[in-house]
This record gives sequence, structure tokens and C-alpha cells, in this order.
Amino acid sequence: MLTAALRKELLIQWRTRSQLMAVFVFGATSLLLFSFGIGPNAQALRTFSAGFLWLALLLSSTLTLAESFHAEMENRALEGLLLLPANPRALYYGKTIANWLQLTILGVALVPVMVVLYDAGTTELLKLLAIIMLGAAGLAAPGTLYAAMTSQVRAKQTLLPLLLFPLIVPALLASVKATSLVILGDPMQQVKSWIGLLGAFDLIYWSLCGLLYGRVIEE
Amino acid sequence: MNEVSIEVERVARRYGRRWALAEVTFQVPAATVMMVAGRNGAGKSTLFRVLSTAIRPDRGVARIGGFDVVKHRYDVRKMSAMLAHHNYLYEALSARENLQIVADHLGVRRDGVPALLEQVGLGARAEDTVSTFSAGMRKRLSFARVLLQEPKVVLLDEPYGALDPPGFDLVDEVILELKRRGTTILMATHQWERGAKLADLALVLDQGRVLWQGPADEALQHEPKGDTEPKPAQSREAARMAIAEAKC
Repeated sequence: MLTAALRKELLIQWRTRSQLMAVFVFGATSLLLFSFGIGPNAQALRTFSAGFLWLALLLSSTLTLAESFHAEMENRALEGLLLLPANPRALYYGKTIANWLQLTILGVALVPVMVVLYDAGTTELLKLLAIIMLGAAGLAAPGTLYAAMTSQVRAKQTLLPLLLFPLIVPALLASVKATSLVILGDPMQQVKSWIGLLGAFDLIYWSLCGLLYGRVIEE
Repeated sequence: MNEVSIEVERVARRYGRRWALAEVTFQVPAATVMMVAGRNGAGKSTLFRVLSTAIRPDRGVARIGGFDVVKHRYDVRKMSAMLAHHNYLYEALSARENLQIVADHLGVRRDGVPALLEQVGLGARAEDTVSTFSAGMRKRLSFARVLLQEPKVVLLDEPYGALDPPGFDLVDEVILELKRRGTTILMATHQWERGAKLADLALVLDQGRVLWQGPADEALQHEPKGDTEPKPAQSREAARMAIAEAKC
């Protein structure tokens, strides 16, 4: 059942892939605008680069997550799947994994933009990839749940960030801190503990949100 | 035999302050076709959504094959399929992909998909995305979706809506075939004469209440007269009556 749900999500994402390009342009523009806020101070730009990367990804994620439910609501397709009957938990994890992959791709694509704009390069690419994957997982799990919750209301574009942002503060903080240590150097070897903390938050989000999803989408 | 009956006892459902269904009671014996008729806003679609488990009733009990639609939703869903107003299709995907998704979620083989598309007259458009389909073609694809589920109970909400004359014949053929297989069918339609020919029983709803029920061939004599939409005062009265009766 999970395979069926994931296959469906990836198929829909592939058919609407132009959306991902638009979201990437939005994220890159956000990074550019943040750099204007700092001004021509190379040291400050490099110092705040990790925070700006995650802010750009966070803002872009609200678009991606809300869009992932557009196809489900268009002809009440999600209701159709539930009545088959499909397992709500499988539907949730299928969509969350697909959203996680999409956010990871987006995060990875924004890194070169950050390097160019903030001169914030690193040689520890594998570690950075791991942080982006874990951070994206932290956004995808509660984001998918809240996107489902807000998909049927009129002000969904406003409501989703309002609900989501306070919840993901711990995961966002850990992601920014770990990314910052990878870019600026980690003499005290702190990055592992931040990655561990991020992994723990992900575990909690993925377990709890999976349990709650059925209640959210059923009347 | 795959015979499963439908029982509805004093089912009521409201949207806000308006009762869409008030104290609806009826039974559909196994392997029977029942036509549900009534004007727009009579409560037909709400009744179908309650029976399909898409929404819960506020009062009363409904059972399909002995399973309560609230307490045993999963069992009800396993044995029933609904053709709804909302066609449950993914616009960005092709007709074939839409049916394959259903097959994958049901855990059945995808082999039957091309034959089903041929049966509903969409064989030549199998690879086209649903967004390019007309309303009638979407209805045909929704029908294929229902057939793929091989249900014991079929809920058809306006099966003739948006279809052309060959489409009408297709629906008739499918209903007769399902009837031969022992499937219990509940069909909401404005095509009174056509529906009455296929159905064994009929139920006429008016303003959320059962106006009449009996043999399908007598249904034409019981078409409701008057306004299409219930007046607010009537709705309030219906609500008061429903609450008072529920308390009894």
C-alpha cells in the first residue's frame, strides 16, 4: 500500500515538475533579497548564510507542501482513495516521503546559490547533504500533516505557515546550527550532537504525524 | 452469492443549521436496484455520502451488509463503491494511470485496466490526461473506476449526468450486468422513467425526508411538486421535528 501511495505521489510530482522550478526560483530570489539586507559585508554574509538558506527553504516549503494537496482536492481524489479503502497512514507516508524528496532536491539546488551570493562554501559536502536531508525531513512530516489540515480551508496559504512555523522551530534551529558549523568550521566537534538532535525531532514528527493523519483527513 | 443489503434507520444529517436529511428510513434487500429520486436539494447526494462513509450522520444508523457505516467504516468501504458528483480523478494523470492507481491501492492486478477502458469507450483515449476530457468522458472513467473495485454494493449518484445517448445505454448495460451478478445498487437520478425501468424499488426524497417508497414502476406518480429549494421556515420546522422525534 505504501509503495502504491508513493508511486502515485512521484507520478503526480513528475507531471507537475514545472512547479518545482518555480519554487526553486522563489527560493533563490529569497536568498538574493536576504543578502541585500546584510549589505556588502562579506564576513557577515558568510556568518548568516546557513540561517538564510534554511529560511529560503522554509518559505519555499510552504508553497511545495500546499501544492502537494492541490491535486488531491481538485476532484476530491483523496476522498476517493480513502473510500477504496486505502490506509490513511500509507497515504500519509507516501506523500511525506515524496515531499521530503522534493524539499531535499530544493535544498541541494539552493546550496550553489548560497555559495555564490554569500561566499559560503564548504568541502564537507556529504555532511551538508545529510543535514539538508534531515532538516527537509523535519519540514516534510509536520508540513504534510498541516497542509492536509488546511487544504480544505479558504485561507490555506496564510494558515499553513501560521500553524507550521512555531512547530518546526526546534528542527529549524538544529538545522541552522549544524549547517552553520559545517560552513564556518567546527573546532569543538559540536555538529554531531546537533545532527543527533535533528534526527530525534524527525523521529518524533514522523511517528506522531503518521498517527494523527487519519483523524485529520477523515471527517 | 455476493448479496449484501442496505439498511437505513432514522438517519439525519445537517449542514450548519439546515437539515439535509431528516429521519430517513428505508431498506434495500440484497441484489436489488433501488432508484432514489427527488428534486435538487432533496438530500440524495447527502444520503449517498453518508452510505459511502464519506461523511457521518448526525443521528440514526445506516448499515451495509450488516456493518455500521460509522463504526465499521473500513468493512463498508471494502464492499461498496460510489460514483459521486466529484469524480475522484487526478487531472494531471492519464485515464490509464488513474485506474492503475486504484488497482494498486486495491492490491489487484493492473491487467484488467485496458479492458475496462474499452468497456466504457475510452480505449482510444487511455493515454490522454484527464484534464483534456469532457464531462461525459470523466463520467465514463469514473464508471470504470467503480467497476474495477468489483463491489457488492454500488452507489450511483447521477450516473446519467453529462452523458450522451450511447453513454445512457452503457450505464443501463452496466447496471443490468451488475444486477445479474447479485450486486445491490442504489441509484440517484433525475431520469425517472429510465431509472424506473431498471430499478425494482424506488425512494422519493423531498426536503430531506422520505416522501414515498415502493415499487419502482409506481414512482412516476409520486414526483414531488412545488419549489425546488426548501424555504427557511420549512427547514427550521423539519429540524425541530427531527430533534423532537430523536428525543422520543
